Amino acid sequence: MSDTTMTRREWLLTDRPQSRLQARLGRAYLTWSRFAANKLAVIGLGIILLLLFVAAFAPLLAPHSPYIGDLKNARLLSPSATNWLGTDDQGRDILSRLIYGSRLTLQVIVLVAIIAAPIGLLVGTAAGYAGGWVDAVLMRITDIFLAFPKLVLALAFVAALGPGIENAIIAIALTSWPPYARIARAETLTVRNSDYIAAVKLMGASPMRIVLRHIMPLCISSLIVRVTLDMAGIILTAAGLGFLGLGAQPPLPEWGAMIASGRRFILDQWWVAAAPGAAILIVSLGFNLLGDGLRDALDTRSGGQ
Amino acid sequence: MSTMENQTSARRANKRASAILKAVASFVVIVATTYLGLLAVTFFIGRVVPIDPVLAIVGDRAPAHVVERTREEMGFNLPYYHQFYLYVKGVLSGDFGTSVLTTNPVMADIRRVFPATMELATVGTIIGAALGIPLGVLAAVKRGSLADQVVRIIGLIGYSVPIFWLGLLALLVFYARLGWTAGPGRIDVVFEYTFTPITGFYLLDAVLNRDWAAFKDIFAHIILPASLLGYFSLAYISRMTRSFMLNELSQEYIVAARAKGLSETRIIWGHALRNAAVPLVTVIALSYAGLLEGSVLTETVFAWPGLGLYITNSLQNADMNAVLGGTIVIGSVFIALNLLSDLLYRLLDPRTRIR
Repeated sequence: MSDTTMTRREWLLTDRPQSRLQARLGRAYLTWSRFAANKLAVIGLGIILLLLFVAAFAPLLAPHSPYIGDLKNARLLSPSATNWLGTDDQGRDILSRLIYGSRLTLQVIVLVAIIAAPIGLLVGTAAGYAGGWVDAVLMRITDIFLAFPKLVLALAFVAALGPGIENAIIAIALTSWPPYARIARAETLTVRNSDYIAAVKLMGASPMRIVLRHIMPLCISSLIVRVTLDMAGIILTAAGLGFLGLGAQPPLPEWGAMIASGRRFILDQWWVAAAPGAAILIVSLGFNLLGDGLRDALDTRSGGQ
Repeated sequence: MSTMENQTSARRANKRASAILKAVASFVVIVATTYLGLLAVTFFIGRVVPIDPVLAIVGDRAPAHVVERTREEMGFNLPYYHQFYLYVKGVLSGDFGTSVLTTNPVMADIRRVFPATMELATVGTIIGAALGIPLGVLAAVKRGSLADQVVRIIGLIGYSVPIFWLGLLALLVFYARLGWTAGPGRIDVVFEYTFTPITGFYLLDAVLNRDWAAFKDIFAHIILPASLLGYFSLAYISRMTRSFMLNELSQEYIVAARAKGLSETRIIWGHALRNAAVPLVTVIALSYAGLLEGSVLTETVFAWPGLGLYITNSLQNADMNAVLGGTIVIGSVFIALNLLSDLLYRLLDPRTRIR
């Protein structure tokens, strides 16, 4: 930069960026400062970062084994200095199981997002750009899926596929793509007739290229917001399936399944069921706060209402 | 002159009639395709996904001739499109097959348990709307204030909490520790022989029977699970009410009403909420559908003998006919409520009427 008198903030917010990188960084900075102004959203981000940290370093953070407990001496202990959250009916340290369980939670949401979001993006952009009968058919299918009860359908899917965490992931993904298709279509319709699309079309771009390179990138930000907001729902559905014994199977420390096994002891050893539920609540709350914050920060059209 | 006027008005009436016809036709197409889609998915789940649906029924130790006979009896040797045709025909005539677990026709089972679920969801929605709408209005009017933040947090927690876990904790606190409410189930065993259900909605039945002791007991049983479901619909309803109200309050007619000197109460409750009520009806219908689904987990926790408990019990016993029958019923109610809310919207909002 030739202008050395500029502060970093001025450089980021300049009206005349010298390079593409500077413009991008400037936009990112604006988005970030809008996001950071929202205290709750920052708390949400903190919770999610903590989840990532715990999942990444689970073996280092867990004080005990999540699978092997002391059946003879340590069954259903109340919280103490050695077992911060007590032990379950098999003498396993609940905190350690929660820490390892964060990996399962992360696995579920990441895989569901990876499967469902691209399906929705593809269906939505294709429908929106093609228009006509392609649009009508694709959107009819989307609306049909939207009209279904998600949890009940996921239950039926898992019942047919057999219990297990992979099948739970497939079932949840199959029931969660329609809103993404709707959003992607709406975004596509707003940009389809804009000048820059006409320009690339004149330059001879194929429909495939237009959709992939010029329309999809514009759908990404609203899709990210929606996926983040859906994360809580995905976690809750997965936990519900686990609670019914259809998700992760024992001895995996899945939080929903942990609540189910603690259910028998709810009257006397309530902490066995209380701790994993609290973990689910905190993580879903984190995603909801983060999603709300992202929506406000990325949505420049509504003027950050 | 008058003939010309007649002609134009006749043409307009024609146009209107054809527009209405078109709307009705598209409505029928939507209902039919959505329902067919639901059946296609349940058919797919029941027949295509399991590696061998016959083995799933007779068990893997059955001798070969039994497997073959069952396969033919159930029509599983036919091509899929033919099977699907028979399946749709069966479901449309109310035949969901026989439950392996109860040995009754699935339809009879569902008819028996469904009122319990409806009663729970109805009371839940009433609680949710009665609290959610005022909270949403308050949050919108005092936008940015502490009250707004509190309503927002209450709603966010409602979106984030696992319902079955909250149910367990509620049972622990309000039933086991405080003794304020009754425990799991719908009614105490004391009333098992004296209480005669009429409609299947126990609260209503108790009133019809003038059995006030039973009413008190039923109320003590329903209040906890219904409040839980109500909390979930409250989270949704209050959030939507807030955003509808914010939208209305920024309109020019509100400024006009203020300039006219109307009281704030009148403006908020009489004008703004009245206009927000149209989309709110949609929201309440959708939240009712959501509660039917939420009842699956809630009923399991509270041993509530409704459709949700029926589905989960059947799941645990690999009783696919019952599971899919329950799925179809909940799916049908979902579709019906979706369409109903759409129709109500058109009915209540004059701008969407066909001219």
